[in-house]
Amino acid sequence: MRIRLWGTRGSVASPGADTARHGGNTSCVEVCGEDGTLLVLDAGTGIRPLGRVLGSTARRIHILLTHFHLDHIQGLGFFAPLYHPDVETHLWGPGSATHNLRARLMRYLSPPLFPVHLRDLPRLVLHDLPAGDFDIGEFRVRSDRVMHPGFTVGYRISARDATLSYLSDHEPALGVPRFPLDADWTSGHALAQDASLLVHDAQYSLAQYVHHVGWGHSAIEHAVAFAQLARARHLVTFHHDPAHDDGTIDRLTAAACVSLPSSLRVTAGAEGAVFEL
Amino acid sequence: MPQRPIEVILTRQLASTLAMPVFLVDPEGTLLFYNEPAEAALGMRFEETGEMPAAEWATLWSPFAQDGSPLGAERLPLMIAVAERRPAHGDFWIRGLDGARRHIEATAFPLMRVDNEILGAVVIFWEAAS
Repeated sequence: MRIRLWGTRGSVASPGADTARHGGNTSCVEVCGEDGTLLVLDAGTGIRPLGRVLGSTARRIHILLTHFHLDHIQGLGFFAPLYHPDVETHLWGPGSATHNLRARLMRYLSPPLFPVHLRDLPRLVLHDLPAGDFDIGEFRVRSDRVMHPGFTVGYRISARDATLSYLSDHEPALGVPRFPLDADWTSGHALAQDASLLVHDAQYSLAQYVHHVGWGHSAIEHAVAFAQLARARHLVTFHHDPAHDDGTIDRLTAAACVSLPSSLRVTAGAEGAVFEL
Repeated sequence: MPQRPIEVILTRQLASTLAMPVFLVDPEGTLLFYNEPAEAALGMRFEETGEMPAAEWATLWSPFAQDGSPLGAERLPLMIAVAERRPAHGDFWIRGLDGARRHIEATAFPLMRVDNEILGAVVIFWEAAS
């Protein structure tokens, strides 16, 4: 599979010269299978430039949402293929205890927040996430709830011998005095175990985290510890704090990786980065 | 060992921060966790007991009724909450592992996932003013 990051920023888009290298667009990751299956993880502002590149060339697109915070759905209405009659778009996401995917999505994709109604999109198919594994093209997909306010999931996407784990918004250290606990008591572990590539929330520095406990995000050090616990081979830090410029992200990442084992590689996520698994 | 459901993980983490005794079991009634205030009431640290099947923990603390007759696990509020998927409340006596006899009041409730699958149950208990 081929993975491209289109948006790596957390919370709110933060364009500018000082964020140009790691990028200012919010969460969006493109995953292409060898059979042409196209998945898009989250619909932050990064999905807009992806849509521009795709145009009407893709005939079927699967968008997998982790949750409905604005930075993960704000780009959806600006994803050009949604409006093209030749493109079939399947949108997958979690319902909550009381609302299904359609009801949750309509809170954003309807006036007065957005001028277009869901019903006006020509070939949009909604899927409430099923329990357990399901297949999309060549991909075996698993979703599971993870520690983040609201009803939020992470994804594990496998094809052949490769596994991508995507936990864009995740605070596994919440309520844990000495993180991490054992694997079976750690949120997200089953999704990330032995992943070839783990894309994981790394919004804060440790100093910042103590002032944001319960906000649903991780310190970079937590992401690294989580990756080690899960025995992931490559960690890509993600959901960068909008207040962190490129230099800050580089400095914090380097500091968190001082005593890294040789079995784990860490890369600070950057818009445009491509990974082949 | 497979990862616990997120709801169960959250419950344990919540229990870890509370001042009242909390006891957590899975759908079979297997003890998964109890917090520090529960350790004081039960007379043993969780690290010493670890996870334990219902048949074992229900006899370990020897619960009994006011007349002294032993209480089976199925009559404890926690097991009622698991078996019948409803809240349950009751009072009974236990003999802690420190040998002390304690009058306990307990309120239990099931942990149900959004698809109505049962994930376990939680009991909050305290020494009754008797």
